[in-house]
Amino acid sequence: MEASRDDFVIAIRSAFIQRGNKQRFSLIFLIILSIVFLILGRFNLSAINYIKISINELVYRSSFIVSVPENYIKKTYINIQDHFTYYDEYLKLKKENIELKTTVENTNFITSENERLKKIIDDYIIVSDEIIAKVLIDKQSPFLRSMIINKGSKNNIKLGMAVLDGEFLVGKVVEVNFTTSRVLLLSDLNSKIPVTIEPEGYQSILSGTGKNNGIIQYSKEEIFLKEGSSVFTSGSGALFKSGIPIGKITNKIKVDYFSDFSQLKFVKVIEFKKEED
Amino acid sequence: MSKLGKGKILNKLLELGPILILYMAVLNEFDFNYLNLAYFSFNFPFILIFYWSLKKPENLGYGLIFFAGLINDVVIGFPLGISSFAYLFMCGFAAYLRNITLRPSTLKDWLFFLFAILVVNSLTYIMLILFFKFKIYYLDIAVNIVFTFFLYIIFANLFEIYQRLIRGSEKND
Repeated sequence: MEASRDDFVIAIRSAFIQRGNKQRFSLIFLIILSIVFLILGRFNLSAINYIKISINELVYRSSFIVSVPENYIKKTYINIQDHFTYYDEYLKLKKENIELKTTVENTNFITSENERLKKIIDDYIIVSDEIIAKVLIDKQSPFLRSMIINKGSKNNIKLGMAVLDGEFLVGKVVEVNFTTSRVLLLSDLNSKIPVTIEPEGYQSILSGTGKNNGIIQYSKEEIFLKEGSSVFTSGSGALFKSGIPIGKITNKIKVDYFSDFSQLKFVKVIEFKKEED
Repeated sequence: MSKLGKGKILNKLLELGPILILYMAVLNEFDFNYLNLAYFSFNFPFILIFYWSLKKPENLGYGLIFFAGLINDVVIGFPLGISSFAYLFMCGFAAYLRNITLRPSTLKDWLFFLFAILVVNSLTYIMLILFFKFKIYYLDIAVNIVFTFFLYIIFANLFEIYQRLIRGSEKND
């Protein structure tokens, strides 16, 4: 019993205290050093932080080179995995393709149905070629909200053509010269556009206020407009086609335009025509 | 003469192999995350340190192991010194086993390795919880220990082949 305890102590001493063959340090010295590091680290000693920062520098600089073999293995593994999953992927894509084809067919059907219905209600479905115009002068006074564009009758600009910023309505052409035209902005006091408010479906007139917003006019008093409802052209008045986005209801009858009229540099001028039989 | 020189360089490089692999492992974290296996993780440095400290301690200096531990702490964000402590304890267990073993057996080494990783992990995580208030996921640690234990035998065989390579290169010299 005594002898086996002695053997255990000798083996432990030899393992931890004695310096091994070709070893510069004994294990116990390095274990104590680790514990010292831990204790100093526990008390957030700045020296430990400096060591940490230095090792961090070393790690970040060397990790690129060191990671080359593992990255190679990783890449090879992913390539092999890709190779084995090609067939599954193909089946998945095939299924997706069938679903997409069905969706396209459905969309085509809905589009043609929409065109047919529009023809029945005599709406505008044909859009003339877009004329891109540059804004030359931007008149911004409380009494006049208009701008001059660099296209006129020479470029087939006609009175009443719609002026768009991207997909958003900004106004209509009210004066046509040979090389220039005047556009009355939606924010002008004199601008009155027939609109539809969605999703409620109310029909009304959007009027400019001379400021950066419009108001809903000529609607029955009891209508309640929800904040965030969208305002589109209604198509009434035979000027614009229906469904051109204009803005959103922000406060009771106040409408915030989608487009910022003070930032217009280029606009699209479009004419809507009815399809000829 | 030139052939002899080349052989010596090769032998030296092969002897440096374990320490180079250890540094690559701690710098790069051999995590095998890209395998996308849930819970899969193992402690490769434990396997490497235990095996080489047991079979050929002269190929793996304690000072270098200590420094590898410091690097590992920086990489995984543990308190500085904790991995060194764990690695050196693994060396201690291996050295103890070497001292008491008269007839080496892989199975005994393997079982002793399980005992060593259980003790070392317990000590490490007790320190992390008590002194550094670390949050530990016990299931992850348990899975890590199980995988480390099972993979030891595979890596031990690979290292055995590597050792034979070193011996072959020494004989050629």
